[in-house]
Amino acid sequence: MATGPTGNDGMLRIPCPHCGERDYTEFRYGGDASKIRPPHGTADARAWQEYVFLFDNPKGAHLEYWQHVLGCRQWLVLERDTATNAVGKAHLARSQGSP
Amino acid sequence: MFERKPLLGFAGDTLASALLANGLTLAGRSFKYHRPRGFLAAGVEEPNALFTLGEGGRTTPNVAATTTELYEGLVARRQNAWPSVDFDLGAAISLLAPLLPAGFYYKTFMGPRRGSWMWYEPFIRRAAGLGRARHERDPDRYETRHAYTDVLVIGGGPAGLAAARAAAAAGAAVALVEQDSALGGMLLAAPATGALEDWRTELERAVRAMPNVEVLLRTTACGVYDGNTVALLERHDHERPDAGLGKAREVAVTMHARAIIYATGAAERPLVFGDNDRPGIMLASAAQAYLNRYAVDPGRRALVATNNDGAWRSAIDLAVAGIAVPILDQRQHVEPALQDAARRVGIDVRTGALVTRAQGRRAVTGALVAHNGSARVEHLACDLLCMSGGWSPTVHLTSHTGRKPVYRDDIGAFVPGGYAPGQFGAGAVSGEFALSAALRSAAEAGRAAAHYCGHADPIGPTPPPQVADHPFTLEPPRACPRGAGGKAFVDFQNDVTTRDLALAHEEGYAAIEHLKRYTTLGMGTDQGKTSNLNAIHLMAALRGVGIAEAGTTTFRPPYTPVSIGALAGRSIGHHFRPIRRSPLHDCHIANGAAMIDAGPWLRPWYYRWAGGDAAAAYVNEMRLVRSAVGLADISSLGKIDVQWPDAAEFLNRVYVNGFASLPAGKARYGVMLNDDASVLDDGTTARFGEYRYFMTTTTAQAAEVMSWLEFLLQTAWIDLDVQVVSVTDEWAGMSIAGPRARAALALALPEIDAADAALPHMGAREFEVDGVPIRVLRLSFSGELAYELYVPAGYAIALWERLLERAAALGIRPYGLEALASLRIEKGHVAGLELDHRNTLDDLGLGKMAARDKAYVGRELRARAQLQAPGRWSLVGLECLEPSARLRGGAILFARGEALAGHGRGYVTSVTWSTELGKYIALGLYQGGLRHAGEEIVCAYPLKNEQVRARIVSPMFIDPNGERLHV
Repeated sequence: MATGPTGNDGMLRIPCPHCGERDYTEFRYGGDASKIRPPHGTADARAWQEYVFLFDNPKGAHLEYWQHVLGCRQWLVLERDTATNAVGKAHLARSQGSP
Repeated sequence: MFERKPLLGFAGDTLASALLANGLTLAGRSFKYHRPRGFLAAGVEEPNALFTLGEGGRTTPNVAATTTELYEGLVARRQNAWPSVDFDLGAAISLLAPLLPAGFYYKTFMGPRRGSWMWYEPFIRRAAGLGRARHERDPDRYETRHAYTDVLVIGGGPAGLAAARAAAAAGAAVALVEQDSALGGMLLAAPATGALEDWRTELERAVRAMPNVEVLLRTTACGVYDGNTVALLERHDHERPDAGLGKAREVAVTMHARAIIYATGAAERPLVFGDNDRPGIMLASAAQAYLNRYAVDPGRRALVATNNDGAWRSAIDLAVAGIAVPILDQRQHVEPALQDAARRVGIDVRTGALVTRAQGRRAVTGALVAHNGSARVEHLACDLLCMSGGWSPTVHLTSHTGRKPVYRDDIGAFVPGGYAPGQFGAGAVSGEFALSAALRSAAEAGRAAAHYCGHADPIGPTPPPQVADHPFTLEPPRACPRGAGGKAFVDFQNDVTTRDLALAHEEGYAAIEHLKRYTTLGMGTDQGKTSNLNAIHLMAALRGVGIAEAGTTTFRPPYTPVSIGALAGRSIGHHFRPIRRSPLHDCHIANGAAMIDAGPWLRPWYYRWAGGDAAAAYVNEMRLVRSAVGLADISSLGKIDVQWPDAAEFLNRVYVNGFASLPAGKARYGVMLNDDASVLDDGTTARFGEYRYFMTTTTAQAAEVMSWLEFLLQTAWIDLDVQVVSVTDEWAGMSIAGPRARAALALALPEIDAADAALPHMGAREFEVDGVPIRVLRLSFSGELAYELYVPAGYAIALWERLLERAAALGIRPYGLEALASLRIEKGHVAGLELDHRNTLDDLGLGKMAARDKAYVGRELRARAQLQAPGRWSLVGLECLEPSARLRGGAILFARGEALAGHGRGYVTSVTWSTELGKYIALGLYQGGLRHAGEEIVCAYPLKNEQVRARIVSPMFIDPNGERLHV
């Protein structure tokens, strides 16, 4: 997590890869981004149940989805510390898996 | 004006200093015992002198007179007394005082039966309490804004000034906020002429001259939040702001700072002795401030009672001003130099002397003093008793970040328990009570904060200002001997005494957080600024533990009260949220529409051609659509453009029914589920080309659906080659419905071939009329022959007027939301009231829509046994069986003959009068759904004590075979 003069010390400002650092009120929260959605058509109800209903509640580092609804409309994956609200890096959700 | 009498004061006066100067020492009556109270403090810590300011809608109750800057036209009055503060009938309560200990209300008024408290509470609240709020609209203007800075310095005393100067000298942008109307903090209470004042003036001048320092006076830092965000409250009362000129009375500022310096100083504590609340007893620092800053004699014969060095400065100033001052220090040993300084100005110095009880009722007249090593109790006369129990650093704001304060024995007080990253302490807040040490720490904090923001110090460290100094020592407050008599108040505002603390301890409420809630100590509008530490000291003594073990309470925002108006800012009335208007809005107004809020939208409710009120109009509008043709605005529907090669596959995944085979030129009704299988939304999607689709959603879920489609495409299905774009604002929509709809189209738009063969039911075609694209979808919400027309928003009014003019001979008229919603109930279409994110596809009778041969969002969890259970509440139609009664939305459904208790077997979601059936009909959810078709049930509406008989029927009340749609 970045801290110090050039980083973000709280969740109130989110670094959008397209639009730059913006107030969190421009975004909507989208849940835990470390969970992997079962591939479309997965017939195993248990896999869906785990994906939809079962969440960890970690204290500390967390990866989560945020959408820049009042900006570029892109869904981001953001690092946030749930204990301190310190915000780290963000990348576009659609670029996950690619370097 | 003060209580209808004119009051004179000077610029720079507070309401408190002006009243004292006018000889008024009785500031109000206490909260519980109605005891006469005076001015205890000269600042934000004031617990007693709460006044009601302003009149009518401008009334603001519970404002501390000690922080209210005097301005011409100020209207103020005292509170919590009837008929007046000077003669208060409620004071009879103080004769009952032994019967009113802590917890009294809970113990006495809870029994003997349940509900007793509810019966007694209004009476108790009227007898106790503070000022009253008013119901009138506040005519003043309030605003909110965001602000940004490198270094925010909170507090404009010597430490704040020194810190701001150091940070600014290093190149940082600095915002310096001070709640007072002047810079200087405690220095403002120093003698108005002299070296200290000269030095203060010079420091202020130097700071104000720096171009990168912004000074915000009358601005309080109310709360500190994550990311070094600070809530500030700016007050402009002194400017008498004119709302008509757009001037705000208060502004709530969200300050985004890179670094924060706390220079919040310290507040003096009272001593706890018998009847220490009598008017004329005040904090030593307050007496000094009234004397030096406001040029008010707070008394002629003073006593100064203390346990520390600080109050000696106040005593010396009082003596220099010619006020007789014996000083009573509980300590046996006091620095000889300090004693000499006091004696030089004629002060009668007594060490080892403890005030045990004050005398006088409506004003202090004297004190009883005990002397160390002697049983003798001396009586000393006075009209002013100054007290000092030590100084408490103002640790409220640092506590907001979750850091508990820690106790320091050497100063007998709590200091911040550390600072969050980018936050620094300067001066007295960190326990540096000696001025030179405070200034050193402030200069260091200023440099460190600037460095944190990336500003190196180009000219080397700024030397701290040099100033004459006084050391500070204190002895922990000594408990009054038992039997001294009187009530010894710990919390003045909430009338909590040492006896209440002892009772709380006895009854097991010894933990500080329990003590606070049991006795209400610290829970007044002053948030215990003068009482918390004394309470902790006393409770620690009762428990026989150290202060650190006794603990402290948690300070929460706001530091001082914030008006609701400032929090709301301009988000009031119709500015509460943005309003969305259809491109046809002006047309509706011109056509006599009554408008209604529908979510953020302003939509036509009904049109005056059909009746004078909604109840009369909507049935006429329904009849028009069923018998001829009507025109409705549906522009608020969500519209989403879906394009590119995988669009068909994408739609096939998000809708429960098949979209892969939808041919160009056709539209299809579809339902989307959430992942948990509750219904998300319904709507239609039309295909206009190989890769071009046009989706509509409900008005309510438009934003939700858009975001959800983007989520799926950007996080989970990134391999799909699809683009989605919201075009809700780009396209206006209107529905032309009724048996003459086709004829109306032919008259208004002869360019369009709307014949059944060219545009069959569920057909979707694009046309161009006079160069303007029009999308026509033949689909129906009302159950009648109907077309939805979509046109670029800028042409909406032209098309609307053309339809009404050219088809006038057919009787076409506009119809509103009420009729639109009623027509769909007759047809049994579900809408927002049924699509509440709790119901499943099967609950809504739409289970058959789901494709069996493809995957769709929500399919697996839809199959859960509980969601398929036969007893689930599911969609039914209801017919009213009582001609003189009506059905109501929200009514609870019971089986016939069943006891009308509990949650029943379901509820009514949507109700209308049916023009086709001549009776009230409804949609609702009922346990077991249509398997109970034909049964008579009871619709209970307890709020009106109504029970109405109804029959369960198919929700499709009219034209179940859809013959009207296929003409």
